Formats: sequence, structure tokens, C-alpha cells
Amino acid sequence: MSRKKTFGISAYIVFLLLPVYWLINMSFKSNEEILGTFSLWPQQFTLANYQVIFTDPTWYNGYFNSIYYVVMNSFITLLVALPAAYAFSRYKFVGDKHLFFWLLTNRMAPPAVFLLPFFQLYSSVGLFDTHIAVALAHCLFSVPLAVWILEGFMSAVPKEIDETAYIDGYSFPRFFIRIFLPLISSGIGVTIFFSFMFSWVELLLARTLTSVEAKPIAAIMTRTIGASGVDWGVLAAAGVLTIIPGILVIYFVRNHVAKGFALGRV
Amino acid sequence: MNKTQNNKAWFLVLPVFLLVAFSAIIPLMTVVNYSVQDIFDQNNAYFVGVEWYREILQDPRLQDSLLRQFMYSASVLSIEVPLGIAVALMMPTRGAMASLTLILLAVPLLIPWNVVGTIWQIFARADIGLLGYVVNGLGIDYNYANNPVDAWVTVVLMDVWHWTSLIALLCYSGLRAIPDAYYQAAQIDRASNWAIFKYIQLPKLKGVLIIGVLLRFMDSFMIYTEPFVLTGGGPGNSTTFLSQTLTKMAIGQFDIGPAAAFSIVYFLIVLLVSWLFFTSISQLDKDKSKGTNNES
Repeated sequence: MSRKKTFGISAYIVFLLLPVYWLINMSFKSNEEILGTFSLWPQQFTLANYQVIFTDPTWYNGYFNSIYYVVMNSFITLLVALPAAYAFSRYKFVGDKHLFFWLLTNRMAPPAVFLLPFFQLYSSVGLFDTHIAVALAHCLFSVPLAVWILEGFMSAVPKEIDETAYIDGYSFPRFFIRIFLPLISSGIGVTIFFSFMFSWVELLLARTLTSVEAKPIAAIMTRTIGASGVDWGVLAAAGVLTIIPGILVIYFVRNHVAKGFALGRV
Repeated sequence: MNKTQNNKAWFLVLPVFLLVAFSAIIPLMTVVNYSVQDIFDQNNAYFVGVEWYREILQDPRLQDSLLRQFMYSASVLSIEVPLGIAVALMMPTRGAMASLTLILLAVPLLIPWNVVGTIWQIFARADIGLLGYVVNGLGIDYNYANNPVDAWVTVVLMDVWHWTSLIALLCYSGLRAIPDAYYQAAQIDRASNWAIFKYIQLPKLKGVLIIGVLLRFMDSFMIYTEPFVLTGGGPGNSTTFLSQTLTKMAIGQFDIGPAAAFSIVYFLIVLLVSWLFFTSISQLDKDKSKGTNNES
């Protein structure tokens, strides 16, 4: 049984990694080799594709732009979602159920046609082509999910802990930061993971709300498709580089996520 | 947990409310506004009432892409949910292998969506891609750019590759929450693996599966970037899904009125399906708890 399981999971992981491997493989090949010969690994190993990206500020600034607004988004999301999730997990108040469902409905709006209104809205308040605009727009997707996840983790913390802390003379902010947050640290890890995930991978809104200053890497990638065909090597190299931040994030929060996925009801 | 009634809790929720309202209500109202007007330019807009709605409901293009959309969501869900549960059951439970598996499974989730499209575009091409090359080498004529069936298979396969991990990770977390005592009791009863799955694991997975299915339904129904990069909606219109049809209308042809009207209809469809889903599940919960109460 156990061997069968190991075989199954290994086969699935191979299926997951093969396309990624192919991208990495291509990123180390020259365009002539990509189009000319078919090989499972680079015959003439080259770093030229990466060199194109690392020496051109319009390329590498795209990465900084993306990372910048993703970090901002995670921070804003946590900042507003923590108190809200606490309210949902501890109190009943007028309209709480409706508010919760309304928050979730925002994930259901088709982004494609909301692009134009978003563009107009952020232009009219002077935020067009800034990182904060993208971060705020992404909050639409990340905040509802963050509230949902954190609420689950907070509900798992017994209410007696709050009451004991108040009896001991803790004020609400001090209790919240000193006692409550450490108790739900794995929940915070999972929330950061999810906010990162949904903000890093989103392109439509990010592309619409930026032009030069805050243009995300995913939008810059489209320039490899030119009149003379596709620059496959550079496209592959840029793709590989967009995978790395994701792997770093999951690596840093892996213990939280492993523990968090196990404890919380997510 | 019994919660206390306290309306002051609104102060804690207020930041979320304001933030989301800014990005949600204003654009939504703008779209509603578009959907009832015929707009020529900024100063020339005429109120046309429900005319756009009447027009779009008879538009065969939109009916076709709506049908394709439902077929797509149904097929990815019917593959991803069972596969995700199976993967979660096969995952190692502790040790370094468990963390490694967790990280590797999460990789597709953290790749930008257009890069996912690019990866599959490259991977599935017959001339330079491993998949296309191997499949053609096996004697099967495969070309996702010309053959609608191949395009469909590739788009569904890409979605399975991309999102099964989400279901798997959620189920994995659900499985970890089952106390060992349950399994010990099952062992004493000599329960078969199938019985363990049906009576212990599956009921515990229900909560996370609701979240997983709901997220997958909503996201697959709004899919845009990945098929756009992979097939561009083609060949013909065979993989043109709803979002793409809408974007073409709104940006390509400047038919903002009908596009807005349809996006409102679209939004209502997603809302309705999710609501039906929610209520039927909670109804199921209620019936079940009533059933156990009667028994005891």
C-alpha cells in the first residue's frame, strides 16, 4: 500500500515538474538550438537569455515592481483583515452574515469587463501607474480570502484566553499583539501565502492599472513576441525568474503552512 | 463558540468594508451605468433601458461561449476534485518528504497565470515542446493550434496541472486534522481502506472541499489569461471562453453597453450558482445533524 502511494505521488510530481523542467531547459538554449534541434537538455549551454534580462533595467525593474506591489498588498491585507476576522470570530453584530457573504461575492466578479471602470476610478483619484493602485485593487481578491482563513484560525483559539487576559489587565491592543497574534501565527503564515499567491499571479488588473513606472514583469514579458517571431529563449528565462519568488515564499513559510494547514480549517 | 452580541464590532470590520467597497462598489455601479446607456463619447450618452440586456440574451456568440464555459468548469471540476483527494491521500504525512512534497505541489499555484500559459504553449508545441513531440512521436496526430479537440484537451490538462494542487493541499490539511484515535478505532473494527475513506476521511474533508470547489468554480468560470496565452481562443472559437468574448466586445469592438450588460448577467450567474451551492450544502448539514439527533 505504502509503496503504491509513493509511486502515485511521485508520478504526480513528475507530471507537475515536467513542463517546468522544459521551460528551464529552454531558458539555457539559444533560439537556433530551440528551433533547430530537439534535445532533452541544452547541448550548447548558454546564459545569454538571462544576460538580456539582468542587463536591461526595463526588464529587471519589472520584477521589482511586481515584488513591491505584492508585498504592499500582503501587508495591507493583513492589517485590515486581522481586526475584521477577530470581529467575525468573537462577536455577533448587525449584518455580520451578509457582510461576510458580500465580501466573498467580490471574488466572483468577472475581472475582464471591470477593467475599464477600474482604470477610470484609479485615474480619477490620481493613482494610475503607482504600485499602491495595484496593491489596493488586488485587495479585492485577497482580503475576503484572508478574512475567511483568519476567522477559521481565530475561532480555534478558546475565548477564555481573551477573558483571562482582560482580567489580568491587558488592554485590547496589547492583548491582541502580545498574546493573540502569536497564537495564530500559523494562520498568518497561511494568509501571507494566499495573498502573495493571488497577487503575484494576477496580470489583467496589474497590467491595466500601470503603464511605465509600476509595470509588472508579466506584462513586460509580452515584448518577446515581436514582428520577427517569438524570442523563445528570453521568454523562457523570464518565465523561470517569475517562478523563483514563489518558491522562496513557500520555502520560508513552509513550516507555518505545514503546521497551519494541519491546525486550521482554512 | 457562542459569540457575544456587540455592534461595536463594526469598528473592527470598518477598514475592510471601506477598502473593499472602494474597489468593488464604484466599479460595479459604473458597469451598471454602462449597461443601460448607449455611449458615443463622454458627452453623448443616451439612456436605453434594458435594450442591451434584450440584445445580448439573443446573441448566439454569447450563448455559445456561455455553454463552452459551463462545459469547461464542469470538466475541470470533475477531474480536479477526485484527483486532488487522491493526491492528498497519497502524500507522505511526516518528515522531510512531507515538506518537500508540500513545496513541490505548491509550485504551479505560484506561477503567474500568463507564464502558466507560456509554459504550456511551449510544452505542448509539436515542434519544440516535449509533450507535443512525444505524443506525435507515438503516432497520434496532435496539434493544439489546428485541432479544436486537441486545443480543448490541452486547455483542460493545463488547468488540471495548474489547480489540482489547491484541492490537494486543502484536503491534505483536512486529513491532518483527523485524530489518530479514529484510525485506531477503525483498525480495531477491521475497517477496509474504502470504509475508512468513506466514513472517516471523506466526512472530515467536507469543509475544505466546499471551499475548494467554490474557489475552483468561481475561478474557472472567470478564466481568461491562460487560454488566451495558450490558444488565443482558437482554433476558430473553440476555446473562447466567456471572459474572452466579453473583453473582445468591450475593448476590441467598443460595444461597452452590451458587454457591460452581459457582465452583469455573468456576475449574477456566478452569484446564483455559488448561492445554490452554499445553501444546498448547509441544508445537507442541517438534515444530517437532525438525522443524528433523531437516532440518539
